[in-house]
Formats: sequence, structure tokens, C-alpha cells
Amino acid sequence: MSQVLPAEGGLRRVIGDGESLPDGEVEGLGDAELLALYRDLVLLRTYDERSVVYHRQGRIGTYAIFWNHEAMQAGAAFALEERDWIFPSYRESAIGLVRGMPASTVLSWWRGHPAGWWNPEDSNVASICVPIGTHVPHAVGFAWGSKLKGEDRVAIAFFGDGATSEGAFHEGATFAGVTKAPAILFCNNNQWAISTPLAEQTAAPTLADKAIGYGMPGLRVDGCDVLAVYEATRDAVERARAGEGPTFIEAVTYRSAPHATADDPSIYIDPERVEEARESECVGRYERYLVRAGVLTEETIESVKNEALELMRAGIAEAEAEPPADPGLVFEHAYADPPATLADDLAELRRILGG
Amino acid sequence: MAEKLLVEAVNDALHVEMERDASILVLGEDVGKLGGVFRATAGLQERFGADRCFDTPLAEAGILGTAVGLCMAGWRPVVEMQYDAFSYPALDQLINHVGRYRWRTRGAMSFPLTIRMPYGGGVRAPELHDDSPETYYVHTPGVKVAIPSTPADAKGLLAAAIRDPDPVVVLEPKLHYRTAKQEVPEGEHVVPLGEARLAREGTDVTLIAYGAMIPLAERAADALEGEASCEVLDLRSLKPLDEDALLASVSKTGRAVVVQEAPRVAGFAAEVAAVLAEKAIFDLQGPVLRVTGYDVPYPYWQIEDAYMPSVERVVDAARRLLAA
Ligand SMILES: Cc1ncc(C[n+]2csc(CCOP(=O)(O)OP(=O)(O)O)c2C)c(N)n1
Ligand SMILES: [Mg+2]
Repeated sequence: MSQVLPAEGGLRRVIGDGESLPDGEVEGLGDAELLALYRDLVLLRTYDERSVVYHRQGRIGTYAIFWNHEAMQAGAAFALEERDWIFPSYRESAIGLVRGMPASTVLSWWRGHPAGWWNPEDSNVASICVPIGTHVPHAVGFAWGSKLKGEDRVAIAFFGDGATSEGAFHEGATFAGVTKAPAILFCNNNQWAISTPLAEQTAAPTLADKAIGYGMPGLRVDGCDVLAVYEATRDAVERARAGEGPTFIEAVTYRSAPHATADDPSIYIDPERVEEARESECVGRYERYLVRAGVLTEETIESVKNEALELMRAGIAEAEAEPPADPGLVFEHAYADPPATLADDLAELRRILGG
Repeated sequence: MAEKLLVEAVNDALHVEMERDASILVLGEDVGKLGGVFRATAGLQERFGADRCFDTPLAEAGILGTAVGLCMAGWRPVVEMQYDAFSYPALDQLINHVGRYRWRTRGAMSFPLTIRMPYGGGVRAPELHDDSPETYYVHTPGVKVAIPSTPADAKGLLAAAIRDPDPVVVLEPKLHYRTAKQEVPEGEHVVPLGEARLAREGTDVTLIAYGAMIPLAERAADALEGEASCEVLDLRSLKPLDEDALLASVSKTGRAVVVQEAPRVAGFAAEVAAVLAEKAIFDLQGPVLRVTGYDVPYPYWQIEDAYMPSVERVVDAARRLLAA
């Protein structure tokens, strides 16, 4: 790929609408891959929809909904190898699922249970980053460090449109450009940062335009088109592996669910625009594409969905079966070699809790 | 007087002050149309327009840095940091500029800005929605810090902060945003910075606290009833600190327990203990005890209660003093 600066104008698209817009295809993806990608999408969708229900039932805490963001997460992750690292924000909390992370782990995170704090090295997925944009430099440092070691590992950081306003994002992107790190800066542009619309977030015509300032290509892709996302990310991965450095990808979608379970978007959002986005949501779009292409049958659709539902049923049961965390855990893991006062604190706490 | 929730009292203060002084601006993430994620700024944009209450890009250093410039242009900015831990990107601006600029101009220019934010734990939230960052602020020269525990004080201290010629950080106990309810004076209401509030009179031991730890200290005082008469001192203002009230109470009771939910090392309780060591040591009948959070990251919410100071821990500390 020879992407030139400045950013691409239009949105990359592969999936048509079955009518006037023709379907495209991605070179190198056979039926088996197309179906595997479908499974990932359904898995993430099912995780998300079940989580909203679990939240209502009081079985998980506050939850950041990612409905209609699945194509970005599944599509990008599909372009990576297992050895490549993913640096998620709270919006990609469940992205590890496509790498076999148990659903119970992610559910435990949202349940505030220590079983949800995974070891990043298990699936090469870094910890969920809650402070906006602060993990972008981590991904860049990881990619740079891997390159210094001569290892062929790419790092991808996921962050939102709002995150591109944070200093940490700019600094990470600047480092990526200068070090030619094999990094992908993947921006989920869902056009909202809680109640703040993109137009109030930046005066840049597009977010991908920012890439030129860091000396890297900026791609723009339809974030609801899982194949377009996959293809763009694959291009970025190829550049990274070829030693050509980082790529910024702006994937455009529209946040068509509340920011999180605690949010009431009726105060600020246009319900008609949300309705429109929901009608062209990403999982259905891909499903219809595969049916048109003769790759997917009603039977398979049902079995894939049932499989995902079953996985979630088992996942929540497992998360709920976790024994209550011991208060002693409060004092663990912060230090390799803790100050002695922590042991005194724990002893005192146990005395008081016991008495 | 009407009964108000703590967050409603904050909102009331902003309305009253913006009405009174047209140079006051309110800015921050989601403070405009949404009225803040906790609704603390609800109605301001409607009432005063989008020029005086506006949503900013998602950048805390930018918010505070532009507030410095807004001061220089003659405005009185009131900035909201959406959450305690998300104020940290602004620390560079705070420490290097907000706290120093007046000094840098040899007093020629004032920086009457207010930084308000919800703080504290116990709310069963995902990581980093629970911090008690008062020490970072109070440790910064040139910056004042207030922390209300009641709706009336939330209104009065915020008004004082806004009117103060110096930068003031106001930390609002989010745990009690919608549980603390009380009569709040209508219209202008100012609680001067630097005046502690005697929340409860007693003779045997002083429980010293602020913000979300005040209701806890009061419950501990209840639990000790019949056994010991507890005085509860609500500091309200960490800087300036009401040393007179502190020393008066401790010289009367001779015993002090300081409660804070922030980690212990070099926390504000250490400052209180140091003041007592310097100025009241001969009035003390025992050591000054601290009940605090621990020197570890704030934990997963399923075990956050084990981290937070509890009634049991405060009672235990008081009993140890009384037995000495
Ligand atoms: C440093 C920091 N500031 C503020 C917040 C509070 N906050 C959480 S999500 C959010 C909006 C993020 O918007 P965007 O980057 O577009 O990502 P999205 O949530 O839309 O995926 C804000 C302001 C935070 N988590 N971290
Ligand atoms: Mg967004």
C-alpha cells in the first residue's frame, strides 16, 4: 500500500446495500474467514446486548455499551496476529473475547470483582484504559520496544473521537511518527464524547487529517463495514511489518446507544439520527452481505447466535460463581516488594473486621 | 429556605453567582447541554447562554490552561473536572501556572478561577472514579482548597471560592450528591474559606474530618454514645485551615482522630497531625491517630468497603485513645 498524505477523503467501503450500492470483496478472504469474522461480530454483539440486560438485572455494574461498534473491534482485530498487542479503552472492554478470553473475565471487570483484572500476557490484550487517551503512548512504547528487540509485533490502540483532543494522544502519536513504531492508532469516531458532538470536539475537517501533523498516513473507513475496517487495518499492519511506521485509522460510526448505562442521551441526541444509525447497524449489514454472497444460511445464523448466547450464559454463571473477594486483596499486587506498613494495615483491618 | 440535595445546592450556587457577576464563565466536559454528568451545571446554558456555560473539547490541561488565559482577559472561570482522577492531566497547568502566575506577576494580576469536581469513593464505579486527590491540590502553593460535607456548605463554599481572588479547588463528595439533603439558604449564601464547622459538640475525643467522611464520623460518634462524648469537627476548608477551631477542640478533649479516605502517606491527616504536634502537644493525652485509605491503588469495587475508612475503624481508634 502506498498511502500518501494528506488523509483520504471519502470513507473506505466494501459492503454494499443490496440495491444501488454494489458489494465489493476483500482479496484473500475465503468463506472460512468470512464466517469466522461473522462469529466474532455476533460474539461481541451478544456480549453487549446481554450485558445491558445483566446491568438492568443488577448483575453487573455501570457498563459502557458498544452496540454498533462491533465491526470496528472485530474487523481490526481480525487483521492482527495473536502475537500483536491490543490496547483497549473501556469501549473495547470485551475485545479479548475474539482471542478466546473468557466472557466471565470481562463480566467480572464490570462486576468490580478482581477476577476481571486479567494478565495482559494471556491474550496480548492490555488492561482496559479508563482515563481517556492515556494508553496511546503505551501502545506506541510497546510497538517501539518490540521493534528495538527485533520482534515482529504490531500494537494497536483503540480510542474515541474525544480522545484525539487529549494531550496524551498527541504525544503518543508524535512518538509513533518519530520512532516509526509499528503501531496503529485506531480511532473509533462515533461522533460523540458523552454529550459533546464532534463539531465541538475539533475544527479539523476530519480526524484522519490530524495524521499529517504526526507524519503518518490517515485512513478513513466506514466503521460499520467490517470488511472495510479489516482491509484498512490489514494495510496498516503491512506497513508496520514492513518497517514503514504507524498509521492512523479513523473509523466512522454513530453512537446509537447511551454512552454508558448511567447516561441519558435523550437530553442531547437527535433520536431520528440514532434511528437511522440503528437501521444500518454493522452486524446486520455484514449478515445480509454474507447471505447475498451465498456464504451464510439461516441455519448458520441461528447456530452462531445460539453459540454466542450459550457462551454468555456460561460466562455470567461463571462470573457469579466467583467466590467473594477477600478484603486482604486490597493490599496485594501494588508493589513487588511492599513497604512493611501494608502488612500492619492488613493485620489491623483483620482484627477490626473480625471483632 | 428550601430543602436541597447537595448537587442541587451546587447548581443553585452557580445560578446565583452567575446572576450576580456577569464575568463568571462555566466550562468543562459536558457541562452545557447535558448539564454535567452529575447534573451540577443543569440549566446554566439555558439561562445564561452558550457563551457563559460551554462544553469544551476533551482535554483537562486545555480546560485549565485556557481558564488561566480567560482570567488574564478579565473573566472569572469556574471549571468542572468531570471526575477526581480525570483532573490529573491538568496538574501541570495547576502546579506550574495556576498556583504561580500571581506570584510571577509580583501580585499585579489575579487568577480568580475555581476548579470544582466530584471526588471520593464508595460509589461502586469502574476504575478511577473514586479518588480523593485533595493532597495534590493542597500541596500546591498558591491554591486554596475547600471540601463541603453538607448541601448548605456546598453552596456557601462554592460561592466563597468563586468570589475569592485566588484559585480555589472545591471537591464535592459525590457519594452524598443525592443523599445529603438539608435546608439551604435562598439567594446569596457565602461560607467564608478558613472556617471550620463544629458538626457535633463533645468532651472526650475530637473526630476531625471533611467531606464524605463527616457523615461517617457522625455515625462513629453515635456508635460511641454512652461510652464517650465525641466532638466532630468538619474542617470544610483545608487551605486556609482553621487552626483556631482545631486547637480549641483538641485542647478541650485532649484526644484526636483524623479521618480521610485518601491514602495515608503525606495525606491531609498528616498535616493536621503535624499542626497538633507543633501547637497542641501539651494538651494531648495520647497520640494523634489517623484512620485513612491505604497506600495502594483504590480497589475493585466489590472490596472497596475494606479500603474505605469505616465506622468500626474510627470507633476502634477512638477506643484505643480512650483506653490509653
Ligand atoms: C482523562 C479523562 N477525562 C474525562 C473522562 C470522562 N469520560 C469518560 S468517557 C468520555 C468521553 C469519551 O469520548 P470518546 O473519546 O469519543 O470515546 P467514546 O466514549 O465515544 O467511545 C469522558 C469525557 C475520562 N474517562 N478520562
Ligand atoms: Mg466518541
